[in-house]
Amino acid sequence: MRRAYIPKGLTRQPWGVLLPLLLLVFFGGAVLYSAAGGHFQPWALMHVARFFVFLVMAMVIARIPQDWFRRAALPLYGILCVLLVLVELIGGIGGGSQRWLNLGFMTLQPSELMKPGIVLVLSWFYSVLPTGETRTWRAIAPAIGLLGFPAAFVMLQPDLGTALAICFGGVVVMFLAGLPLRWFLGAGGAGAVIAPLAFFFALHDYQRKRVLVFMDPESDPLGSGYHITQSKIAIGSGGFLGKGFGNGSQSHLDYLPEAHTDFVFATMAEEWGMLGGLFVLLVFGLIMRWGLKVAMNAPDRFSRLLAAGMTATIFFYACINMMMVMGLAPVVGIPLPFLSHGGSSMMTNMICIGTIMAVDRWSRRGSTGLS
Amino acid sequence: MKQKLPLTSAILTNRFERRTFVLGMGQATVGVLLATRLAYLSIFENQKYKAASESNRVNLSLIPPRRGWVLDRNGAALASNRADFRVDVIPDRLVDADDTLSKLSGLLGLTADKISDIKDKLDKARGFQPVEVAAKLDWDKFAAVSVRLPEMPGVIPQRGYSRYYPTGPSVGHLVGYVGPASAEDYERERNPLLITPGFKIGKDGLEKHFETRLRGVPGARRVEATASGRVVRDLGTREDVPGQPIQLTILGGLQDYAARRIGLESGSVVVMDCATGDVLAMVSMPCYDPNSFSDGIGRIEWKMLSEDDHVPLRNKVLRGLYPPGSTVKPLVALSFLEAGLDPKASVNCAGGLRVGNRVFHCWNHHGHGQTDMLKGIYQSCDVYFYHFAQQIGMDKIAAMARRLGLGQEFPMPYPGQSYGTVPDPAWKLRKYHKEWAIYDTVNATIGQGYMLVNPLQQATMVSRIASGLQLTPRLLLDRHAPQPASMGFAQEHLDLIHAAMNEVVNGRGTAGKARIPIDNVLMAGKTGTAQVVGLQHGNGKNVEWKRRDHGHFICFAPFDKPRYACAVAIEHGGGSPSAYPIARDVMTYLFDPAKAMAALEELEKGWGGNVQQRMAARYSTFAAQYGASAPRAPDEAQASKVVEDENKPVAEPSTAQTDAAPPAPEPDAPQPQPGQAVPGSPAAPAVAPNGAQ
Repeated sequence: MRRAYIPKGLTRQPWGVLLPLLLLVFFGGAVLYSAAGGHFQPWALMHVARFFVFLVMAMVIARIPQDWFRRAALPLYGILCVLLVLVELIGGIGGGSQRWLNLGFMTLQPSELMKPGIVLVLSWFYSVLPTGETRTWRAIAPAIGLLGFPAAFVMLQPDLGTALAICFGGVVVMFLAGLPLRWFLGAGGAGAVIAPLAFFFALHDYQRKRVLVFMDPESDPLGSGYHITQSKIAIGSGGFLGKGFGNGSQSHLDYLPEAHTDFVFATMAEEWGMLGGLFVLLVFGLIMRWGLKVAMNAPDRFSRLLAAGMTATIFFYACINMMMVMGLAPVVGIPLPFLSHGGSSMMTNMICIGTIMAVDRWSRRGSTGLS
Repeated sequence: MKQKLPLTSAILTNRFERRTFVLGMGQATVGVLLATRLAYLSIFENQKYKAASESNRVNLSLIPPRRGWVLDRNGAALASNRADFRVDVIPDRLVDADDTLSKLSGLLGLTADKISDIKDKLDKARGFQPVEVAAKLDWDKFAAVSVRLPEMPGVIPQRGYSRYYPTGPSVGHLVGYVGPASAEDYERERNPLLITPGFKIGKDGLEKHFETRLRGVPGARRVEATASGRVVRDLGTREDVPGQPIQLTILGGLQDYAARRIGLESGSVVVMDCATGDVLAMVSMPCYDPNSFSDGIGRIEWKMLSEDDHVPLRNKVLRGLYPPGSTVKPLVALSFLEAGLDPKASVNCAGGLRVGNRVFHCWNHHGHGQTDMLKGIYQSCDVYFYHFAQQIGMDKIAAMARRLGLGQEFPMPYPGQSYGTVPDPAWKLRKYHKEWAIYDTVNATIGQGYMLVNPLQQATMVSRIASGLQLTPRLLLDRHAPQPASMGFAQEHLDLIHAAMNEVVNGRGTAGKARIPIDNVLMAGKTGTAQVVGLQHGNGKNVEWKRRDHGHFICFAPFDKPRYACAVAIEHGGGSPSAYPIARDVMTYLFDPAKAMAALEELEKGWGGNVQQRMAARYSTFAAQYGASAPRAPDEAQASKVVEDENKPVAEPSTAQTDAAPPAPEPDAPQPQPGQAVPGSPAAPAVAPNGAQ
């Protein structure tokens, strides 16, 4: 077989995810290149370089034994919680919300790390929970505590998008852990009652406004609705084939806000059209399928939940971002994984990828591996 | 039944797999939903969003057309355009008005009062109306603003043209001024040009009347611009079509000269061509400077203008109404002649005449002795006119006054002129339901009482007397206008009046000082002093300014072959001595500009400079005194309203004068000895005989 001539180190790599990732990142680089007016600086080059740095990190994560993951889960979670509290106490003020800790050499956003962190700790929790307890309060109360504490603190910052992402990751793990379905249905029903109350009493003014404007973007064409309107114009004016690489007027003339971060999908769709959009959707689909497949094939409960939770976290990013830019969700500051320029989200997503890759390794070690 | 079974890890694994499948399906559903949405936006709504994107990308900006010039009869500019750099702000696009203004004032060096003015305008402006921050900038300042645009959204630096009036205040009332369109203008026209930064429309005078002709057609510039308004590249420009010029009959130099010559007085000068009726000068002073008015009226300037009792906002030529005083005497005499009175008929003036149970005084209460028509005019003897007017009757006099243009409306391109009153019995009955009294005739013959005229009518009157032609004042130059018809006066009647008016200046008359210093050119004239109706305080001379008599002088030259006619009216000048030196110098200018200019420059030294210099000095006094604390200037709309109100036709007195109006004083003659004229005496500036009435 020809396969025999390919070095083992290469065939061992999880090409099922690396290939789509590379496609996505290079495509993102091209979009950022155009958004910068045909320059690699300041975004495109950095974007690709960052990816490779974090890819190395992911590879390293992938080699960590399962045992270490299990043992680190709770302490890591604890550290992250402490950091969240620290953010609240001494974090730098930025954009009306406290999200950063200045470590001197870099700014750390603990809430970002909490997204994979919550998946990890809950997976660990359900893996150590005796099987028979899954239907009792012992299966839900500690989990709600583990989830509620960081979610509440992130809400306080206030950062609705990240809080929702943390909750989504956590709830997916709980769901897949086999908790009774009626709990979720009950919670969903309660949510339907509480959401309007929360809207009026818990949300900040600017968050409430975003929701309102999402319902009717034209009501505020120059304020918050401006983002959604301009984004829809960018996507809609692209048509099927797009305006062509480097010809996006919405992004180049600054009509599109955050053209290189949150609204990068609109920047892309303007120039590459619906075809480009379908390509991105397809690649995300491949990555999701890979993640869930890894979860299905995983050798034990912990790694199953871990891989599926990480996949759900990435999914949440992509789904909310694309819904937002297409006017299906309110504007929440969530970037599009692997396309948006930005270090924090790239790191989080690569941690998720690395973790899934690790699960992939464990399951292959269980069987005999690829070769 | 399921929940009865004990949970095993196999069940949980199975459950995990099923739920993961559900999760995967959910994700796929979301994916399909997103793809559908994408298709909907980019295929089905593609046209709509393409149009929106295109209208984002391309900015169409209008280029204000260059306004048509206003030219004098020789083609010199009375109003032109000057290329300049300007900065406007659009209130809608301002993010932080105070911050932007403070940055701008740093860059442009704006003073505190100017900033307050801009803030006032910003408060009042509707969102889309551009507000001018500064105009006539030099390149350095313009460039400084241009490079810092990204920090100052809403600020629009522009290269354009601004209206320029080379002689400033001299043509203010004549030409009018321009200003940004008001909200009402925009409501009326709905023309996007009106809210284009830098565009101005005529606000008063000819600028307003000939707006459509002067405006021109705007150019347009299509540019690709960023969301913040930065131009990325030009997509094409259509040039503007400048407005049509209008050429006036005005002689620019004369207009300016007359304006300057009025000096510190408040008054007007009208000069007409005796062959065509062309208005060669039409001056009302003091006047606002149309240059600074067109830039927007600042609070200090507004305070200065509105506090000036010389009413600089009123065009006194068309809207000033005065009792004409003795300047009507040639007219009355002409009506006597037409009625068949022998010019040799005389009356003995003893300083007064009993009419009914009252004594009407002559201005010279010592009396003029035996007075015929000639002497009646050149000595301005009131008694002569009292006497014969009663014989001839008011109807004849009033008919002659109307024939010569008093009380008449002329087709001048200005709104709201005042036409004054020529009273007669029918008019009085209609107006006040009262019978005409004999003292009304007496008053009217000396240009007092109900008689009210404007300076343009006075000029028309003297030009018709001078030429014997049916002259109509004309402001728009028309070289092919038909020859004016004759008035139909007998030439010997005119000759007699001309001789009498010549005598006023060059003989034994009341205005010897008005002789013009040109060889072989003799000027004929008639003085007039009019009391400020209803304010008899003192003798009309040594009292506060507002109660002083008006001074009039009408004249034409050369007396034997009339070419130019002129009327001067000086408000509260203290009598005709304030008027005829001005007339003399203005007429001199027509024959020898250099000589006239030399005289003027000498005078201006005593007045503290020419008009602009005096205004600038006054401005800096006001600025130092009030600074930004002056009350806010009215916005454009209000200001032009005030100017309009200032120029509303003056209403006639609403009630009848129940008593005799005071007889006219004529205090401007060389002091004659009682009962005798002083032939050819050098006309001393009149020391008024006290108690002239």
